[in-house]
Amino acid sequence: MVQLTRKAEFSASHYYYNPAFSAEENLRRFGKCSNLNGHGHNYVLEVTVKGEVDPVTGFVVDLKKLKDIMNREVVDVFDHRHLNKEVPEFAEGKMIPTTENLAIAIWNRLADEIKEAKLHRVRVYEAPDLFADFYGEA
Amino acid sequence: MKAYLNRRYSFPASHRLHSAELSEEQNRAAYGKCNNPYGHGHNYTIEVTVSGQVDAHTGMVCDLVELDSFVQRHVLSVFDHADLNTLPEFAATVPTSENLGLAIQRIFANAFRAAKVEHIRLEETSNNLFDFAM
Repeated sequence: MVQLTRKAEFSASHYYYNPAFSAEENLRRFGKCSNLNGHGHNYVLEVTVKGEVDPVTGFVVDLKKLKDIMNREVVDVFDHRHLNKEVPEFAEGKMIPTTENLAIAIWNRLADEIKEAKLHRVRVYEAPDLFADFYGEA
Repeated sequence: MKAYLNRRYSFPASHRLHSAELSEEQNRAAYGKCNNPYGHGHNYTIEVTVSGQVDAHTGMVCDLVELDSFVQRHVLSVFDHADLNTLPEFAATVPTSENLGLAIQRIFANAFRAAKVEHIRLEETSNNLFDFAM
């Protein structure tokens, strides 16, 4: 069993605001992140797959195919977008686009698309000192 | 759904590796340059991994303000810009990164309750990494 990780980057804006809370409660819980004009990050995505090395190709997964899936399902959808306003998972009343929820949403976009290997971990860096991991656990 | 949140913090500190139980020669043999009498410093980085269910209302595993303020109060206020050898934590142990990481692990185990701590990594330099499972 070998694990293989591919990275990608995207820049996007977001804010944290739960419409079920008052404006004061949103400010208390989310601080500056609750500013409804949003703010942005340079996100780094790491997708780790695992599987046996194919004896013919020497690959766990065809990296070109993995790159194409990551671009189609994530980078093309998230890059230079406002996550709350342009990515359906994060529309008002749905998931708040925290780093944790980005990892979950990206997992859900990728898990069924990657056929040759098993998706092991989605890691999303919001900044070099803050990142979230999701392994598909309930 | 269970997710993991990782947060990194940096602090410079100085130390000297020297064991009172070893002779001068044995100390030099065991610790080399790290045994130089006036000590030396590192830019330490700790990486804390916490886990839990993502809260449906906040989208978070752990309130970052609570994590940051805990680390500020209980870790950085103790170790940042300190001479580790002078601290009570190292009165009886040598301030290697193994022992520094164990001290930080104890601080979290004793007092951090905002989320489950899974793992602590201490980086002494970008080449020397020490991992502590909770």
